[in-house]
Amino acid sequence: MFNTGKELLKIANEKGLKLWEIVLENEAQVSEIDKKELRNKMKENLVVMKEASTRSLENDIKSISGLIGGDAKKVENYRKNKKTLCGDVINKAMARALSCSEVNAAMGKIVAAPTAGSCGIIPSVIFTAAEILNANEEDIINALFTAAGIGQIIAKNATISGAEGGCQAECGAASAMAAAAVVEMAGGTPEMSLHAAAIAIKNILGLVCDPIAGLVEVPCALRNASGATNALISADLALAGVKSIIPFDEVVEAMYNVGRALPVELRETALGGLAATPTGKKLMKEILK
Amino acid sequence: MKNYSTFDILGPIMIGPSSSHTAGAARLGKVAMEIAGNDFEAVTFYLHGSFAKTYKGHGTDRALVAGILGMEPYDERLKNSLNIAKEKGIKIKFVETDLGYEHPNTVKIVFYMKDGKKVNVTGSSIGGGSIVITNINGYNVEFSGMYPTLIIKHIDKKGIISKVTTVLAKHDINIATMKVNRKIKGKEASMIIETDHEINSTVIEELQNIKEITNAKAINPTTKRC
Repeated sequence: MFNTGKELLKIANEKGLKLWEIVLENEAQVSEIDKKELRNKMKENLVVMKEASTRSLENDIKSISGLIGGDAKKVENYRKNKKTLCGDVINKAMARALSCSEVNAAMGKIVAAPTAGSCGIIPSVIFTAAEILNANEEDIINALFTAAGIGQIIAKNATISGAEGGCQAECGAASAMAAAAVVEMAGGTPEMSLHAAAIAIKNILGLVCDPIAGLVEVPCALRNASGATNALISADLALAGVKSIIPFDEVVEAMYNVGRALPVELRETALGGLAATPTGKKLMKEILK
Repeated sequence: MKNYSTFDILGPIMIGPSSSHTAGAARLGKVAMEIAGNDFEAVTFYLHGSFAKTYKGHGTDRALVAGILGMEPYDERLKNSLNIAKEKGIKIKFVETDLGYEHPNTVKIVFYMKDGKKVNVTGSSIGGGSIVITNINGYNVEFSGMYPTLIIKHIDKKGIISKVTTVLAKHDINIATMKVNRKIKGKEASMIIETDHEINSTVIEELQNIKEITNAKAINPTTKRC
């Protein structure tokens, strides 16, 4: 059993195990379900993630309120037809993350990862990295277990709820989980995975949750796109050998403390931030009338 | 510190956009329907707090109706549930209200049964798709719908609990939690028992045969992913 990043690393180093192996072993013990069945269960997640991350690349879908929809397709077309500034990888990742968020906002099927509001980051980052690394389905399932393990630690020691900790808790957790998972997929050490996770949270520490009209649409979808990017650059930094001076567990604690210090207006209540701008308030009036 | 399963973190698989306002709402509807039975002709939803304010934008209305039609939170028909209910001739009504000191995501669901009876179920969506049922027909209860749950109405008399537990033990059913409540001493009382094992119809029949028991019902959750 592991409660912290430090404990996870200790097990990894003592037993020479990958993070996914530790997470899977632990889940098998706690749930009393055998590993093969757990992998199958994770594959169900993978199938839904795959569908959600591709569905709105080609289809125009609109959210219930009508606020969002169509951006994933725009980014995908831009990537295919224009010379982009950030290149194929980043643009593909952003399009996939937007696709998941748009499917979610249009009442389509998604996997909360770790929440519905942040459901685009992990699928987008893991599928995009898997293409670059020629990873197969088993590798992707492994990555999902690594991601889940990092999420377990964050949920246990801090929070993954926007109402409690702001967007840094939801999209921050998702970025950290994704970053750690793809570092391992790329052959990085367990230490590197935790550095990547720490860097990803640090990059958006303090980000508030301020959705227009309280709906999981604006700015959530765009924050999934930037969250995916954040995860990929954090993974690259860690794989290059860059370390987080503040260790992962302390970053998680800082995130929790910052979240608790956020006023209630900035924690999913639609009373502050973008939701409280003149345009935000006007849209809210129109949508909720 | 709470422990989370890997599938609490990556999951549930659900229809968007919100685990509390959509997935949790669908589960509330479904558990309420299992309590009421599906012989209803009209259903009114009294929405409280955040449910009342944002139910349209979050699809809470469609999710609740999907639930009472027996759909799971991952059922893609959820989006069209209002039309499906219409086709089935079920009258649906939403009322924004203040239920008093309740969790912000609370709904009181009133089923109008074909036999003229009414069934009231109140519950809250408490985050991540988890729910708690707090009241059934005026009885305060507290259960999550995550476990097989026995809902028993009985006469408030000595020895009923032991009769019930004897039946459960005989069928090798382990009790996880148990709550007993009564309205008036010596009159009607209720028992809510969450178990680790499925409760089949034989168990229900044997419980119905206990003469002090006026009604016994089992809810066996099919959603294991929420």
